[in-house]
Amino acid sequence: MSIGKSQIRVDAPDKVTGRARYTDDLCDKNALVARILHSTIAHGEVKSIDTSEAEKVPGVVKILTCFDVPHFKFGTAGHPWHLDPGHRDVEDRLLLTSRIRFYGDDVAAVIAENDVAAAQAVRAIKVEYEEFPFVLDPQEAMKDGAPQLHEDFPNNILGHTTIYRGDFDEAIKEDGLIKVEGWYESPTVQHCHIEPPISYAYMEAGKVVVVASTQIPHIVRRITAQALGLPWGSVRLVKPYIGGGFGNKQDALYEPLNAWLTTQVGGRMVKLEIPREDTFFATRVRHAIRFHITSYVRPDGSFAAREFEAFSDQGAYASHGHGIAAKGMGAFPQLYPCDNLKCDAYTVFTNKPVAGAMRGYGIPQAMFAGEAHIEDVAKALGKDPLDYRKQFLMPVGYADSFSRNVNYFDSFRQCIDKGMEQFGFREKQKEYAAQTGDIRRGVGLAVFWYNTGVWPISLESSACRIVMNQDGTVQLQMGETEIGQGADTAFAQMTAATLGIPFEHVHVISAQDTDITPFGTGAYASRQTYMGGFAVRQTAEQMKAKILKHAERMTRMPVSNLDIRDGNIVRTTDNAVQMSLGELATNVLYSMEYSEHIAAESTYQINSNAYSFGCSFAEVEVDIPMCKVKLLRLTNVHDCGTLINPALAEAQVHGGMSMAIGYGLSEKCLFDEKTGRQLNDNLLDYKLCTPVDHPDLTALFVENHEPTSAYGTKALGEPPTCSGAPAIRNAILHATGVAINEAPITPHVLFEEFSQAGLLEKTAKSVPAMAGADR
Amino acid sequence: MYDMKALYEAESVDHALALMQEHPDALVMAGGSDVLIKMREGKLAGREFVSIYMLDEMRGITLTKDGTIRIGSLTSFSHVIRSEIVQQHIPVLAEAISMIGGPQVRNIGTIGGNTCNGVTSADSGATLMALDAEVELRGPEGTRVIPLQKFYIKPGVVDIKRGELQMALLIKKEGYEGYTGHFIKYAMRDAMDIATLGCSVNVRLSEDKQTIEDCRVAFGVAGPVPMRLPSAEEVVRGASISDDLMHAFAEATEADVNPRTSWRAKKEFRLHLIKTMAERALRACITKAGGTI
Repeated sequence: MSIGKSQIRVDAPDKVTGRARYTDDLCDKNALVARILHSTIAHGEVKSIDTSEAEKVPGVVKILTCFDVPHFKFGTAGHPWHLDPGHRDVEDRLLLTSRIRFYGDDVAAVIAENDVAAAQAVRAIKVEYEEFPFVLDPQEAMKDGAPQLHEDFPNNILGHTTIYRGDFDEAIKEDGLIKVEGWYESPTVQHCHIEPPISYAYMEAGKVVVVASTQIPHIVRRITAQALGLPWGSVRLVKPYIGGGFGNKQDALYEPLNAWLTTQVGGRMVKLEIPREDTFFATRVRHAIRFHITSYVRPDGSFAAREFEAFSDQGAYASHGHGIAAKGMGAFPQLYPCDNLKCDAYTVFTNKPVAGAMRGYGIPQAMFAGEAHIEDVAKALGKDPLDYRKQFLMPVGYADSFSRNVNYFDSFRQCIDKGMEQFGFREKQKEYAAQTGDIRRGVGLAVFWYNTGVWPISLESSACRIVMNQDGTVQLQMGETEIGQGADTAFAQMTAATLGIPFEHVHVISAQDTDITPFGTGAYASRQTYMGGFAVRQTAEQMKAKILKHAERMTRMPVSNLDIRDGNIVRTTDNAVQMSLGELATNVLYSMEYSEHIAAESTYQINSNAYSFGCSFAEVEVDIPMCKVKLLRLTNVHDCGTLINPALAEAQVHGGMSMAIGYGLSEKCLFDEKTGRQLNDNLLDYKLCTPVDHPDLTALFVENHEPTSAYGTKALGEPPTCSGAPAIRNAILHATGVAINEAPITPHVLFEEFSQAGLLEKTAKSVPAMAGADR
Repeated sequence: MYDMKALYEAESVDHALALMQEHPDALVMAGGSDVLIKMREGKLAGREFVSIYMLDEMRGITLTKDGTIRIGSLTSFSHVIRSEIVQQHIPVLAEAISMIGGPQVRNIGTIGGNTCNGVTSADSGATLMALDAEVELRGPEGTRVIPLQKFYIKPGVVDIKRGELQMALLIKKEGYEGYTGHFIKYAMRDAMDIATLGCSVNVRLSEDKQTIEDCRVAFGVAGPVPMRLPSAEEVVRGASISDDLMHAFAEATEADVNPRTSWRAKKEFRLHLIKTMAERALRACITKAGGTI
């Protein structure tokens, strides 16, 4: 049985030896290159563009501007197409735009023979703008009279949804209630995948072919065709190995523009690689969301009523839009159920870089706010934060009426208990209870809620093809994409398990080519092992039935007495091997009577979803005078169902925890208030954690076999990044007594907070001479 | 592909000086770890360069007869860190330089480049200043030596005359003998970061370890260029070691420094850190030197 084993990744040998080829490796070396001219104002209108100097740069082939592009408006979000127009994404983009909505908007593109010529030409283009006032804060943007970004969205509100339950106004009149209220701020962050967004496009056989680093080839094909006004079948999208995406590449980024550029130079190959700097401001970011949460709590800790407001910063274009804030809000009443609720989520356009999908999709934001708030509630009541959570978290058996998800196993309490014990939470809590001095330690925890995939909001469908070779090995093709997370390996393990063949006998065709690969919507929503699993299982079972039918003819044994085990046809009555699959496949293919190329292909429509739960435990050391936090330990505990590959699951968790550390302590896109320009659009000034900023990471699992799932598995892609930041925040509170409601908790924030709390007044006597400062 | 008009590869120092005469607008490139980034940003795009990277005669660390430590300007950070002479006599310089960038940058970047950039955040700047380092320059008119403090003029501008090359950094025996140093870099992460502040302190204690005979303290990012803190030094010079003295030293730093508010950090925060870091670095030096507070 291949499932549950830490098989070596199917792509490991190619990736570690450098043989694996990514988009740039595949591109012709004599391809033309394109560069984009981004606006240098935050809001306004392009009045004119003078390209005369730029045209003179040797090597420039063509310059195209916002006045040249076709007028097919398109949406960019990586969602499946919806048959109901009311459920489709907002279509507010053009390939290049004269109406500027953020500093960095796409104004013109240069196609040249080389990078240097392209860069020189971009610098030589002169743009005349009419400037409008701009707005950078979502709550400011909602006010009457604020600068308007899009005509169809008054007060810049892209989305506003609510959850109202019970009678909030009546419930808060109850005697003896304790009111706990807070504002919580989460930052704009960027994905910082290693491989920048890159694509190349050319024309062949009447089609526009785009090879792109994307998580969602089938969706990008559709959007590219829409943006160019082409029949969908006239665009072919190929996705080779990619160097990470984390949701940024769950959007059509520059593939549509790249496709159009090749059509403007007679189908010559044009490469468009987005530089790191531009990746920060001109692709997508995670929504910064400001939360306002008020809980009315009885002295016993139970909730009488709760109020929740979220203001989500969409930036300049709709992209994934309100889905993020709505998902964050959706978690709120489920985590700590309460009968009387008043929840409002707003998503608001601002003149900032566009927010889209990023690992966690609203939940890292909502968990930072919600789990900081719960900590404060417990503190206000004088209750232990761990016991308090265990008492009031979603009870076992809880069922959500919308997603139809059920908390079958009391996963939360199992995860908390396992983490508490292995982390030594109680011991540390006691040890750090009464500290003075400049350097103090603390421990904290936080939980997270997650769904698996997007049913019933969007289509959940996955298709798979399995083709057998003469030697009994198979090729596996999926529309679901390998983006570094190990999907190919997990699918190979599933195929091997269901088909009854050795893991090594499954050859995964990793690349997706929309002309060849079965349909799948791609890597997002932590959906692939769950959704793809259904398609693999169904197709492998069909394949197995075909094989056993042939085996029946060849052995004259009934199918009911035959099975495939370890690549052999086995008679189940006495476990006797009848023949190898290779013998069978060769015989069947070359038979003069019943020749067949044994293959199976099927689509599975998924009508379910599954809860994925867990928690984080953090231990910190805070150097108060230096305003610095050192993260000493971080432990995550997950119930993601059955582990397909424990080593890969652990690696997935480590990666997510790493993102949570940056989210909690250091990462934030900063914008110049005077111009709207991003100040830190590079990896020096944007403080992504380096290896030395990481403590030892521990990943633990509680394995409850998910009953709705083909292989007992459920979401693990995004969950690991959801609860680390609030756990760190709560550990800092434990260490210092200072509750900080703004992420990331940088030294700048600590300086302000510690100053206000009076912690920075001279206490230097206890400073150890060598500690802390120079670590 | 880099946007440069021309790159002239020098084969000797004399050749480099001649190339610089021939191409007066050319910039000198050593490791390139700063210049290439500026070129990518478009700031130095299309310029001519004289590369001195192949000039091994500008590399290496030697101890001269009079006890002066001579660090060739092209010596990479990694080589400075591993140098036995540095480790034995001025380990604080290795401490400071090991905080620069990451391993790749420390392999390609040079100590000469770090000082010739004239940036206040250079990790080597404060420590070299706290060691009373001097700069050796060679040009068409010969060789001259000036104190590092005078070398720094203003942000991005150092005292290199047209046609001159920085040949070496010199640390005299008086600069290090009997001194114990400590360096603290303050940055937002623990590697590959630009200093919010850098603090380097050198002290010489009396034989009985009760008194601070001499102290030199220098900061990076506490002003437009790396700077010494004469008032703070004066407070502790000749004073006997005590907690109060540590506080007095910390407080005295304020008179010497001039940090600014930028989006990277507020002035008030930097001022708070300057005091905290100065005091911690001084305490660390005293402890390292065998004293007690």
